[in-house]
Amino acid sequence: MRSMPGIAVMVVVTLLAASVAQAGEVQVAVAANFTAPMKIIASEFEKSTGNKALLSFGGTGKFYAQIRNGAPFEVFLAADDVTPARLEQEGLGEKGSRFTYATGKLVLWSSKQGYVDAKGEVLKQGKYAHLAIAAPKLAPYGAAAQEALTRMGLLNILEPKLVQGENIAQTYQFIQSGNAELGFIALSQVYENGVLKEGSSWIVPNNLYAPIHQDAVLLAKGKNNPAAAALMTFMKSDKARAVIKSFGYDLH
Amino acid sequence: MLFDPQDLTAVWLTLKLAGITTLILLLAGTPIAWWLARTGSWWKGPIGAMVALPIVLPPTVIGFYLLVAMGPQGAVGKLTEALGLGTLPFTFAGLVVASVLYSLPFVVQPLQNAFEAIGERPLEAAATLRASPLDTFLSVVLPLARPGYLTATVLGFAHTVGEFGVVLMIGGNIPDKTRVVSVQIYDHVEAMEYSQAHGLAALMVLFSFLVLLALYTFNPTGRRTQ
Repeated sequence: MRSMPGIAVMVVVTLLAASVAQAGEVQVAVAANFTAPMKIIASEFEKSTGNKALLSFGGTGKFYAQIRNGAPFEVFLAADDVTPARLEQEGLGEKGSRFTYATGKLVLWSSKQGYVDAKGEVLKQGKYAHLAIAAPKLAPYGAAAQEALTRMGLLNILEPKLVQGENIAQTYQFIQSGNAELGFIALSQVYENGVLKEGSSWIVPNNLYAPIHQDAVLLAKGKNNPAAAALMTFMKSDKARAVIKSFGYDLH
Repeated sequence: MLFDPQDLTAVWLTLKLAGITTLILLLAGTPIAWWLARTGSWWKGPIGAMVALPIVLPPTVIGFYLLVAMGPQGAVGKLTEALGLGTLPFTFAGLVVASVLYSLPFVVQPLQNAFEAIGERPLEAAATLRASPLDTFLSVVLPLARPGYLTATVLGFAHTVGEFGVVLMIGGNIPDKTRVVSVQIYDHVEAMEYSQAHGLAALMVLFSFLVLLALYTFNPTGRRTQ
């Protein structure tokens, strides 16, 4: 019985030692649309540098609230350029660390083969019950979809058919499950190695919406972590850029 | 103004959803709870476990399966489409169906406990007085199970008001149809509109506290029947 506290101390010491030994780690908050490419980039990053990137995926607005309230993220790959700028202004992001790692592309997508035509005419014909978009207030791709609909003069007509996902991952789920016949999501969600994975799509022309600049920022918590700095550098490498491009993003 | 019109719409929609759900649950939950309380059948265990499932399942599981099942490729979706009702996700009716499933144990369990607490004796006494089963239920069981009904009503209503994950997954965030208070709060937080989020969130805390306070104050026996 006497040895119980001793064993407990040993366990704690061992755990602490283990956590110190894995020093080459960086906690990353990743915008939902960048989920698939970032998983590949993270494994490339580990192969190249030996550092491990721990990824959390979610909405940019939610990450902003969490970071403001002390979340342990060290690098933030946002879905817009406004949020990283705001974090920098508030002293939560490192000055001069921001850069655009990808420019997102909007796509009109259906999980059904041949449903969406090459020119997006299906949108105007309106023979569907639900058109899914991400919430324009919350998601940059939702705002872009709303802007595109406005410029096409369709927003007012289609408003009653709109259903909103909280982020584009949920919007994808609405369409993928067939509950919404079609919808606007990020090209990166349905595109891999330069081809559409399933269903049918229309890549919305760039002149219909303002470019979706997705910025990365080094957060205050990662200032003294060499692995965080290494990831910021790795995001600009040819390897990372090739992956980003293969998912249909534009690069600078 | 603390609440904008969209907030008030969400509040009204939430109350409507919780009210309709509770009413359906009281009607549908009574026979289920009665059967569970009286039966000696082998099925009591499995059915009781089915009813209790929503307590332990994450709302994401319920929401995900409902989205798939009620969608055009799902069994429920095919049925509703064949009946000419369309599919249920993104509709108020869909939310009612989901809420009924989600809040089922919170109504059935207090009723079942109340029915079990009555025991055989009052029923036997009624039978010797030649009361019909319906008469027995209305004039003996219902009055005796009153605390159970109060608990069931309050918990069913409050639990539906507090629903979030399921609505998020099958609602589609449509104003006046599926955008309930919890989703509206989430939207405010995500959009960094923290003062509006605070207003609605505080309202929810106050509401929940008052509801439970009323339950624990006026229904001390009901609390024990949970």
